Formats: sequence, structure tokens, C-alpha cells
Amino acid sequence: MKKIISGNEAIALSFEDSGGVFASGYPGTPSTETLEEVARLGNVYCEWAPNEKVGLESAIGASLAGGRALATMKHVGVNVAADALMTLTYTGVNAGLILMAADDPGMHSSQNEQDSRNYAKFAKIPMLDPADSQEAYDYVRAGFEISERFDTPVMLRTTTRISHAKGIVEQKGKVEPKVGDLAKDVPKYVMLPNFGKIKHIAVEERLLKLQAFAEESPLNRVEMNDPELGIITSGISYQHAKEAFPQASFLKLGLVHPLPEQKIRDFASKVGRLMVVEEMDAIFEEQIRALGIRVDIGKDRISLCGEVCADIVREAAGAPATSAKTQPANDLPLRPPTFCPGCAHRGLYSILSKLKVFVSGDIGCYTLGALPPLSAMHTCICMGASISAAHGIAKVNEIAGRTEKPVAVIGDSTFFHSGITGLLSMSYNAGNALVIIMDNRTTGMTGGQENPGSGRLIQGNPAKEVDMVSLVKVLGIENVYEINSYNLKETEDAIRRGLETPGPYVLVDKNPCILRYRVKKPLVQVSADKCTGCRACLKASCVALGLQGSGDKPKVAIDPNICNGCGVCTQHCKFDAMTVASGGSHESI
Amino acid sequence: MKAFNIVIAGVGGQGVLMASKVLAESALASRMDVKQNEVHGMAQRGGSVISFVRIGAKVHSPVVLPGTADILISFEPLEALRYLHYLKPGGKLVYNKACINPSTVAAGLATYPGDVPQRIAAACPGARAIDALQVAQQAGNAKAVNMVMVGSVMKGLPIDAEVVEGVVREISRGKGEEVNMAALRGGAATA
Repeated sequence: MKKIISGNEAIALSFEDSGGVFASGYPGTPSTETLEEVARLGNVYCEWAPNEKVGLESAIGASLAGGRALATMKHVGVNVAADALMTLTYTGVNAGLILMAADDPGMHSSQNEQDSRNYAKFAKIPMLDPADSQEAYDYVRAGFEISERFDTPVMLRTTTRISHAKGIVEQKGKVEPKVGDLAKDVPKYVMLPNFGKIKHIAVEERLLKLQAFAEESPLNRVEMNDPELGIITSGISYQHAKEAFPQASFLKLGLVHPLPEQKIRDFASKVGRLMVVEEMDAIFEEQIRALGIRVDIGKDRISLCGEVCADIVREAAGAPATSAKTQPANDLPLRPPTFCPGCAHRGLYSILSKLKVFVSGDIGCYTLGALPPLSAMHTCICMGASISAAHGIAKVNEIAGRTEKPVAVIGDSTFFHSGITGLLSMSYNAGNALVIIMDNRTTGMTGGQENPGSGRLIQGNPAKEVDMVSLVKVLGIENVYEINSYNLKETEDAIRRGLETPGPYVLVDKNPCILRYRVKKPLVQVSADKCTGCRACLKASCVALGLQGSGDKPKVAIDPNICNGCGVCTQHCKFDAMTVASGGSHESI
Repeated sequence: MKAFNIVIAGVGGQGVLMASKVLAESALASRMDVKQNEVHGMAQRGGSVISFVRIGAKVHSPVVLPGTADILISFEPLEALRYLHYLKPGGKLVYNKACINPSTVAAGLATYPGDVPQRIAAACPGARAIDALQVAQQAGNAKAVNMVMVGSVMKGLPIDAEVVEGVVREISRGKGEEVNMAALRGGAATA
């Protein structure tokens, strides 16, 4: 049966159809739905790991124990898992192992634009780069076969427009999962230096064998048409190039590392102009040039930054763009993402913004607190960095004789991911920062996934629930208190106490994510008689608020279709013009 | 057959993705090739959302380029204006009249332009504005705006209306099927 599914769904479906036994990963756009779909399909064991390194290491164990394993993560997650990956390449696998890395060219929802193809070169392992949902499905099957045949982990790399774009997929016959024996082979799996030296040679030999495989494999396909223009490409770039030049000749790479040298030489010799189309880094182009082959059109004409599209390919090859010359209206108010109406982060950032403290931020919905009018975040690097960076800032503040105590803001899932070690360091090294953990009982920004604090597994059934306050205490933090960010006065007092008290100080807000837990509260109402149009409430930065009427001082109105009754705006009002009715509910999905 | 390009625009939370799913499933049910694509993640938090559906004998790229959309469906007037340049010359625009303030406007940092319908009409004389919220409410649920919008363009699609109706019925079976069907037909009646 044909289905229309996303690349992520196709990978999950194929994992199940290809004898998959164990899957783990950490949520991260655009990879998240893969593991969620494995759970939804429900026939193969899967779990959320607290971070990508744990996810990959658990997959390594599953492979050792004889089960085909999958680890899913976004591109920056591979950095976290890289410690495991770089030695996994030496040990190889017992049962097949695939690491799915989802890149985000154009940074739709990421902090950088790194190209995971570099990791395949770095780790000297094969990488597959599907060009649509069908290939995403097919390459999981191929990936397990390559992994087992060549005793290597395989990277399956997607990009946002493969992971999230939907296309038609036809399922193949099912491979029944079978679990082999648990491997006990010390020289192969224990990477002491003497064993590692032997395995490094094996890695280099394996790469040569994979190169020979790349030459013959149908994963790398030549489509000879008009030889005037020959395009070497892979993944989503193939689709854009095909859209731009359907009559051109193509060398379409499915196995993007290692490259098929002879196939590339043959193709280049048969075409007039050789063009290389790849998003982000010049991985193919550099290798092709290193072979002494002339590349006529490449990164000199296609940017290293952002996504490729058909018009970029057309213009790079000297053809006119087909998109109209009409420009988008550039004078419209922007519509950036923002905290949901009713979100607890709004109250916290109202206070942080007011107190003008230095805020060391982290990865999650709460990163949006950096945007105006809240503008209360001053650094955000990677998962967990909020606490460690705040610690470094505090130490230098101390050395410089500055009295300002920095504030770190981090979410529950990010804290479990890699915030714990930062806080451990702050405790151990007698640091001096205020850490606020916004424990909204879910992994919010990626759409509400379970985590070790939410009390549920990926399948939704009950799980051990870590107690955040106890966890913080056991790290050696004496001052840890719960706050309720919907109460601005109480929150401000707690933050002031945290700033005035020397040493590490932790505040935990346990209000649930209103989106994930469908929290509904009675609406806030505005009294037109009392509203003076002072705009103080607009500092809450809520999309339910708006100005109504004209003149010098239009009054505030609340959109009843949007308001979620959190009451933060009412606390900004100095004229008692806003009231919230009592009651409310929150139901779990 | 050249691909038929549909762009659906709106605000995170309005149901743009479900509308896209209906159109993509309808293309599949009509035995055509189809690619559908939107951006998740940050865009969901009340941000501007854009989704593409491309239908044809063979569709390569999932991305609709500016100036090439056969139809632009916008769930909000400002978003219609923002993505108007996606329409090809002579392309059709249908948009929902109900305005939603962007966070920048709600925070008092920007003003919602007062002349959005006029600017749309000037750039796209055949544009249709519909009161999708009212139609959805009449159908029984304000959240069915997305089905009203799909209904409003059904006549102009390279897909039979019966196929779209069948898909909506299938997708919403046991989950507001009658409301969605009423919204779809209410939307179609606006055309």
C-alpha cells in the first residue's frame, strides 16, 4: 500500500520493517518525530534517552547484544554523541547500528548550520543521504545491510526538508527481527591502546572496501540525459537540481561517504560542464577537486550558507530564475515565535527583564525570552551551557571585583540532558550564580516529549519520576526553593533573595507546559473604564493583548479566543483594570 | 503535467498543517504524485507558518518558489500580504478576514497595518476574503477554520471535491467528522 509520510515517519516505518530491535534518541528538530513514530507504530522497543550520548551508547549496547539498533538525534546532538561515535567506529558492530543525524540547513529551528557529512569523514564511516521519503525508507534497510556486512556503524543523514517533507512511500517486504548472541570479544570491543592500534588499521582497510562498494552500489546512480550539463549531487539538493534542470545528466549519490572515485571520473569525462550541487559545506567539491577533476560550477556560485532551491541552481548554472521578480512586502510587522498565551515563562521573564540581571540562557522555548520586549537573555550556546557559563561569569566577576550575580535559566529536559554536570561543577567549585529551572514537566520546544522528570515513558505509560529538588540538593546545593512564576511579586522576592544570598542558589518552577498539558483557565477581562492606555501590561508580551481604538491613548483589549487566563498581565496593571475569574483546569493529554 | 503549487499560510496553532495534510492525502487518493512540506519547531509558537503542497505527475522539490503558486490560502490577512509574492501572475488568493496580532504588535513594538485588504486587492485584484471564523462557528467549532479554508478552494483544485470530502471524513472519523464536513461544505459555498 502507498502512503504519504514524512522522511522521519518513513525511517521509523522502515526500522520496524527492517528487523529493528532497539531505538533510542533525544528530541531535536528536525529529528524528533522519528522516535515518536517508532513508539506510535508500537512493535519495536524504543525509549527517550536523557541525551544523545546516552542514546547512542545504549544503541551500542543493543548492537552488542545482537539486536539491530537505531539512535536518532539532530545535527548538534551528534556533537554530544561524538565521544561514543569516534571509538564506536573502531569497535564496529555486532548487529547493525544506524545513527540518524538530522541537519537543519537554513536554521529553521537550530542554533547553527553544521553539516553532518563532516562527521562521516571524521569517523571514517559510511553515510547515506536520502532524497525523499521513499529513499529514507529504503536506506534504513540498506544501512543495516552495510553496517553488518562491513562491521561499521552507518550514519543516515537527513535535512529538514527530507525529515519533514511528506512524499509517497511503498513498503517493502518485512524482515523479521532476530536477536543474535551477546558478543564477547575483548580485542574487538575493549579499546585499550593496544587493541585500538589494531582496530585503527581495520578502520582504514574498511574504508577502502567501502570505496569499492560505493563504485558498484546502485545507491550511487547515473542518469545520463543531455551531456552538456552534468550534476553531481545528493539528498534534497538532487530534487532541487532535478527541478531546475530535468534534462541534465546526474550522478546522484545515495552513499555520500566514501565517494565512488572511478564513477565520478567516468561521469565527469562524459559531460560538458560539471556542476556540484550540495547544501552547506563543499564536501563533495573538495574531494572531487582533490582528484584533479575540474568542477565548473560549485561553491563559487552556490552559497555555503542556507538552503539550496531550484532557482539557486538555475542561476548558478547561468539560467534565469523562474520565480517572479516581485519582492515580498518588507514593511510588515514581523510575526516571530513567542511564548504561548498562559505560558509560565512569561511571568519569569517579566521579572528578569525588570531586574536587568545578566541571564545565561539555554536551549528550549525559554530562549524566546531573548526577544523584545522581554529582552532578558544575554548568552545561549548549547544544551546545558546556561549553568556552566554562568559559573564562569561569576568567577570572573569575582576576580574583577564586580558584585553582580549572574542568573542561569534552563528547562527540565535540558537540565537532565547536560545541566546537571554544570550545576555539579558550580557546587564543587564554590560558584556564585542563581539557577532557575523551569520544570514544565515536558520537553517543550520540540512538541512535548516525555523526559526523566515527566513521569511517563515515550509510549505514555508510567515511569520513575525524578524529583528535581532532591536531585539539586544531592549535588550539594543547600539553597533550593520552589517558585510559582505566575505570581510576579512572589517570584521577584525569590529572585532577589537568590541574588543577595552568596553561593549557588536554585529556584524551581514546576508549572506544567500549557500546550502539552492543555491547561485552560478562565479569561482575563479588561474594564474599559479603568484602563488608562498606559501600556504597562504590554510588557507581558502576550499575543492575546492588543490596543483598541485610536487617539493618543488607545485602550487595551484582550482577544478571548487567544487568552489563557494566566493573569500575568493583570499584575502589570497599576489601575486594577484587569481581572481574572477564579477556577480553571488542566488535563493531561 | 506541470506541478500544481499550493501555498498555505497562517499563524502557528491555526491548523495549517492539518489543511495541508488533507490536500496531500487527496492528491495521493487521486493517484497523483505529491510532496508536502512545512517548517516545524520554532514556527509553532504563535509564529508565521507557511506550508507547501505540490501535486503533479512527478514532483521533485517539496518547496514552492516565490512567483510560482497557483493558489495561496491564508488563514490570516497579514500573512496573506506577507506571502503574496509566492503567487504566480494570475494565481488565486483566498484569505480569512479574522486578524491575529503578531507578538510584536501585542507588545506595542509595531502596529497592525490598517490597509491590509486594500493592499491585497491592489496587488491581487481577484483575491477573495471570507469570514472563515463565522462559517466554522456555524459548522459547530471555531477551530474548524482550516476545513473552511480548504473548502473555499476546492473548486479550483486538480482534485475532485468528492475525493477531498472522503479524505476529511477518513481523517476526522470519530473526531468531529460532522463538524469538519459542515465546515468544508460551508467553505465551498463561499466560492
